[in-house]
Amino acid sequence: MKQVLAAALGVCISTTAAAQSSSPTVGRDLAAACAICHGTNGRSAGGLPNLAGQQKDYLVKQLRDFRDGTRPATIMNQIAKGYTEEQYELLAAYFAAQTAK
Amino acid sequence: MTNTFSRRDFIKLIGAGAAGAGFPALLSGCATTPGSERPVGRVIVIGGGYGGATAAKYIRLWSERRVEVVLIERNTQFVSCPLSNLVLGGSRNIESLTLGYDKLRGYGVQVIRDEVTVISVEKRRVHLKSGQELPYDRVVVAPGIDFLYDQIPGLNSEDAQKRVLNAWKAGPQTVALRRQLEAMPDGGTYILSIPKAPFRCPPGPYERACQVAFYFKQAKAKSKVLVLDANPEIVSKKGLFLAAWKELYPGIVEYVPNQEAKDVEVKTLTVKTEFDSFKGDVLNVVPPQRAGNIAAQTKLITANDRWCGVNWQTMESVAVPGVHVLGDATLAAQAMPKSASMANNHAKIAASAIVALLTGKPLDHAPVISNTCYSYVSATEAVHVNAVYRYSGEKKTLLPVEGAGGVSAKRNEQEKTYADDWATNIWADSLG
Repeated sequence: MKQVLAAALGVCISTTAAAQSSSPTVGRDLAAACAICHGTNGRSAGGLPNLAGQQKDYLVKQLRDFRDGTRPATIMNQIAKGYTEEQYELLAAYFAAQTAK
Repeated sequence: MTNTFSRRDFIKLIGAGAAGAGFPALLSGCATTPGSERPVGRVIVIGGGYGGATAAKYIRLWSERRVEVVLIERNTQFVSCPLSNLVLGGSRNIESLTLGYDKLRGYGVQVIRDEVTVISVEKRRVHLKSGQELPYDRVVVAPGIDFLYDQIPGLNSEDAQKRVLNAWKAGPQTVALRRQLEAMPDGGTYILSIPKAPFRCPPGPYERACQVAFYFKQAKAKSKVLVLDANPEIVSKKGLFLAAWKELYPGIVEYVPNQEAKDVEVKTLTVKTEFDSFKGDVLNVVPPQRAGNIAAQTKLITANDRWCGVNWQTMESVAVPGVHVLGDATLAAQAMPKSASMANNHAKIAASAIVALLTGKPLDHAPVISNTCYSYVSATEAVHVNAVYRYSGEKKTLLPVEGAGGVSAKRNEQEKTYADDWATNIWADSLG
């Protein structure tokens, strides 16, 4: 019984995840919050790092490192803890797909 | 859970959109690029601050210029409230915080300098002071705050308001307050009166105390900053501000909690609280606030006669369909500050929902936004507070993600640079 339930839940979760990822605006909307410091679509207007056009895997790794404290920071360590692994993927994919200036 | 964008509403809107398309000659400028598709609807944005300007830009961006956007703003230029305390401290001038609306025009936003007199929500039309009347499919109301002067009787006249400034909307008042501080003799007292929360920019008053103290320390070291707070304690970044006052400005800043301004006597420059009165040489009284007048007039205010309740998935008013409210005017859940970063993020929730609605695309049901506020404790050091907010279907609001966010460990010079960079980027994101 437990296994059936677990399997059913598994299906549920993966369907939800797939549905979220398949909406093209979810990554865009998540990434829009970053623009206040990193510029519209991750194209920095000055000072802070440009995210547009960075490698996806590189961006995901930075978010994990900020979250885990392996990359020191003043504020990104606190912000990275606010997002899930799935959201890291969506954010990184969105920024990787943008063209740098 | 009911979705405010019902199918019926949608069909009704398509109808309204078609009606709206019958008035293209009303507006100067061209909303669409040559050869692009017919506009799929018209959005009117009222107010060109951090919320309104961002909404106007992002609706154009995300609809790929298919949604017409008209921005109504009464001022010719935007002046940033964030960083405006630095004008009081002397390390910035007001020109460096002032931006035009020209770049928004580059996105095809029709910027009209005018004032809205009435939003007729039944007919979906906005009436302007100039006499123009504009139809809309959706209207975005981003009016910021207005002051409740009637709660401080002595300030309830234009003359009194010219003498005792609030400088809580950046611009001429900011410059005028700086002049009052410059004219004050050494050994004088500057009094800052803070209203009960919620008010625009929770850390703002405490940052202002730092900046005025910074100026006194350089230019008139015998002078005092007296902070009269209506709240029982410092509302934001408490430990960081207390440390700054003690370590950077010893003997200059005095903080007194639970002192709500009940009245002001302009002639003697006296603030009267429940049991006390305080006489100063420069008075800076920040009155209690509510959502801007147009929100009140359109009956968008739903809480305590002050703030506008919204659906946090779309920013649509819970009181009036078809109207989205952004920024400081909204009724925010606990721990959601009235800040520039939040207004900019609200605008993106609204833009996403409006574009989805008008182009027939699915809504993003679970917004995640973040707030970052820096405060300058001197000309060279800053501190931050930040939080990430996720929509909760159960609570029907945005809630801070537990374990995320926080404040600076200690004031530092690196974050002064980050604060400057935040400003550069949010200005470019909102208006550039």
